[in-house]
Amino acid sequence: MSSSITAPKQELSPAEKAIVDSIGQLGDKAKIAYVRPKRVKILASRENIVEVAGFVRDVLKFDHIANVTGTDFPKDKAIEVDYHFESIDGPGLRSLVFSLGCRVPTEDPVLPSLIEVFPAVNYHERETAEMLGVVFKGHPNLSRFLLPEDWDDIPPLLKAYRLPGRLEAGE
Amino acid sequence: MITQQVAEDKLTVSIGPQHPGAGHFRFTITVEGDTITDCVPDPGYVHRGAEKQTEYRNYLQSIPMLERSSLTDVTNIIMPYSMASEELMGIEIPPRAKYLRMIMSENQRIISHLYWLGIQGIFLGHSTMFMWPLGDRDIFIDLGQMIGGARITYSYAIPGGVRNDMPESFKPRALKVFDYFEKRLKDYERIFFSSPLFLKRTLGVGVLPREDAIKLGVVGPVLRASDVKSDVRIDEPYNFYEDVDFEVPSFKECDTYARCMVHLIEMRQSMRIIRQCLEKIPQGPVRVKLSPQQRANAGEAYGRVEASRGAMGFHIISDGSTKPYRVKISVPSFRNLIALPKLLIGSHVADMPAIYWSLDYWPVEADR
Repeated sequence: MSSSITAPKQELSPAEKAIVDSIGQLGDKAKIAYVRPKRVKILASRENIVEVAGFVRDVLKFDHIANVTGTDFPKDKAIEVDYHFESIDGPGLRSLVFSLGCRVPTEDPVLPSLIEVFPAVNYHERETAEMLGVVFKGHPNLSRFLLPEDWDDIPPLLKAYRLPGRLEAGE
Repeated sequence: MITQQVAEDKLTVSIGPQHPGAGHFRFTITVEGDTITDCVPDPGYVHRGAEKQTEYRNYLQSIPMLERSSLTDVTNIIMPYSMASEELMGIEIPPRAKYLRMIMSENQRIISHLYWLGIQGIFLGHSTMFMWPLGDRDIFIDLGQMIGGARITYSYAIPGGVRNDMPESFKPRALKVFDYFEKRLKDYERIFFSSPLFLKRTLGVGVLPREDAIKLGVVGPVLRASDVKSDVRIDEPYNFYEDVDFEVPSFKECDTYARCMVHLIEMRQSMRIIRQCLEKIPQGPVRVKLSPQQRANAGEAYGRVEASRGAMGFHIISDGSTKPYRVKISVPSFRNLIALPKLLIGSHVADMPAIYWSLDYWPVEADR
């Protein structure tokens, strides 16, 4: 049994090509991170993110949010928040997951909330806020959600937080 | 349940987490007379930090830990993780492995729906409907045990394929089980799904209109009962779902009755899919052997699968080492949680069990 079977390359569908062309309308407010079959990701800065999210909803026709990923990159001194959108009624978009990423500095992790544009980010942003310490300005309720009420340590998904009793690589 | 009088005719009722009707989940409702006027969910009682723990284990070691989040739906919860890991490692699994994944996945769907049906029966006060589905579920667990080796958590769909092959005795046994279960489903319909008790408590109760269902991002049977024919198996076919015939139910009524009927129809369709897979499955290897310290290429991958409760996703970020850098799990129960306050506010207190369980919220999965 060989362990070097490579996955076949796939072509972009017409819907994905149309999306890439539409993103050009945003000019330099959004930068394309990658375009793969069924997965497209763009990056925006925190000043533009609400406007870009409105563009994703109204022009690109992604009607709901699926997931919000928060990742701590201590080497770049930044926290990246990725919003993943999916579409039900957009034409030919059912198989596409569209990601919108935004980096904020670790010393100042403040980001405007997307709750006015996509009401379903409510619980996702709340979880990212408590797990990584990101503050979403404009969110109605950023109180404790999954962590216990008496949690008194740093936000646990930061790389600086070490699971008690586990060894890091090289120890 | 703890109740507290907050005003002249207002009561707050805290339901759970030790209440048997809530699972390991607490929500607080405010009741005025007979109507619920507010609902605040409070998850997190079984939060075990699964996402943090994946950063300390290599790709194969995380599998037993991740699958215990969603106990009734074991195969489907780790399938998107395996699919995303395979994309990062750049490997393609053999066709026989894909068919075996489909067979186990659909078997798991029936097991999960039978557990759901048992609890839905007891929530509505129908204790026969608690005993019968949970008894029949054991027969399907035995079927899974023939391939997986364990009753509940068998860590089957690992990155690289599946762990082991299917025995020769599986196919005749499975066909016998399905013939038995088709007759049982008719019994279920006769005593429960067409009983006046069930119809009165679910028809027109907990209506989630189509626009709200899409905007809130709900998934699974909740979405399909709100007039949206969406299922990851037809929207983004994985394994060989595009080669088998099956029906995806959807209803225009958007109420609790529709959500229950979606579960019933899906059980029949799962049996239909397994029958076709058993005909079409080719011979061949079932696994690409990976080393335990397999490196993944640097980058990101997002895998999506239709789990029993809805669309499940894994977003994996890798930095090129043997351990993932970040794993984010998109759980159907967590995505459906936002529909709970929306549906409960304005309804009667007595409708609360029927509505809450029809969302198929699994607290352990939502908390991860």
